[in-house]
Amino acid sequence: MNDMVCPYLTNGLPKVRERPLDPPAIFGQLRAEEPIAPMTFPDGARGWVVTGYEQARTILADSRFSSKAAQKHLAFASDLATDFDLEKDLPPAQFEHMDPPEHTRYRKLLTAEFTVRRVKTMVPQIERIAAGRVAAMRAKGRSADLVKDFSVPMSAHVICELLGIPEEARARFEELSTQALSLDKKPEETKAVLDGLVGLIGEVAMGKLEQPGDDLLTRLIHGGQLEPAEILGVLLLLLVAGHETSANMLSLGTYTLLREPEQLAKLRADEALVENAVEELLRYLTIVHIGVQRTPTEDVELAGVTLKAGETALIHLPSVNRDPERFPDPDTLDVTRRAAGHLTFSHGIHQCLGQQLARQELRVGFTTLLREFPELRLDADPADIPMRDNMTIYGVHRLPVAW
Amino acid sequence: MTGTMPTTRITADPQVCVGSGMCALTAPDLFDQSDKDGTVLVLQPLPADARIGDAEEAVRGCPSGALRLAEGSAE
Repeated sequence: MNDMVCPYLTNGLPKVRERPLDPPAIFGQLRAEEPIAPMTFPDGARGWVVTGYEQARTILADSRFSSKAAQKHLAFASDLATDFDLEKDLPPAQFEHMDPPEHTRYRKLLTAEFTVRRVKTMVPQIERIAAGRVAAMRAKGRSADLVKDFSVPMSAHVICELLGIPEEARARFEELSTQALSLDKKPEETKAVLDGLVGLIGEVAMGKLEQPGDDLLTRLIHGGQLEPAEILGVLLLLLVAGHETSANMLSLGTYTLLREPEQLAKLRADEALVENAVEELLRYLTIVHIGVQRTPTEDVELAGVTLKAGETALIHLPSVNRDPERFPDPDTLDVTRRAAGHLTFSHGIHQCLGQQLARQELRVGFTTLLREFPELRLDADPADIPMRDNMTIYGVHRLPVAW
Repeated sequence: MTGTMPTTRITADPQVCVGSGMCALTAPDLFDQSDKDGTVLVLQPLPADARIGDAEEAVRGCPSGALRLAEGSAE
């Protein structure tokens, strides 16, 4: 045995976490030994896993790396691996899997919808939505499942407001999008749910042709830049990227705060700390636990290794955000630390389009919960809370709470 | 003092900008975003000395590399 041998990932990312809120320990070893290390994806393709912050940031900003779907691989070994072909089954306009200039064309149509200033004007709406969820929780008694009764419907409602899904279609939209996020769906069930969503969005879009509103969907339809199929694709992307992520951050963030009483007390004592706390929770939890993938279009020398053209690098965002070179004492949650600069929303031209909306949603969500429920507590043994190990976005499947 | 003073100038390339809003989040007095396409607007190309720290952080945080700080001369 040679104790200098670096661990090698032979079948994609390991799923087993030693502790539910920390990435698997093997990533810490990898970062210490080889921040860009060779790995083999579950489909047998040779590539790289990146665990160092600087290396990740460099790759994500480097235009020699492509985001095209054809070169991406499943990150976790899975029974579903053969059932889904990312390239073939992709709807149109999925610009997270495109390079410029195709990517640029779609992104530029949407950036004005998500500016810091525009999102700020949505805060009163988001506050009303959160208050509505609290009222619904109170109406049920003294306990609830925070996932089902707060986070998922709150996130779905915010998306409805953004897109312009009218009141009468919202219940169906929330039902379908909640199903789309629920656990252990077989591929054919997922397809039925997605078909339902596409059908609903299509109906709503027809309505906007007749009666334009002041919303994103109306602007896309009447902007005349996109074909109908592209508009559906864009909306699906916004839904998947914006709904599942926000909902899981709300639930997992609350779970984390309830398990860290000292940090929770600091936040309760000073509401203004919430902006910082949100940034730190984004860093600490990094719910995109499958990371993001980039493929060099030519051989690239970086940090002493050569990434050959076509060898896809998986940027493991959770461990990148735990790099002690960038974030001292990285495995400790500290709601007062400067967590800005984390790569949870990625970096480079694909950095999350909806990140400013996500920040506001999380600030309002946590502030509302803590203010309205001064006695909020877990209503289950923490060890019994089921974690979303198998899902694209990490989080909790259920979160029983009481007040 | 007479003549020109060395100063720090913020430059932005809207063609490169991807509208993430990181600059407007970091230093809302120095940066805004266009209502038309969300790309960067520099509100204060020549920031006061006390604001240079935040200007540097905004440049570091820019995901697309659209922002630069240059040593220039005030006219």
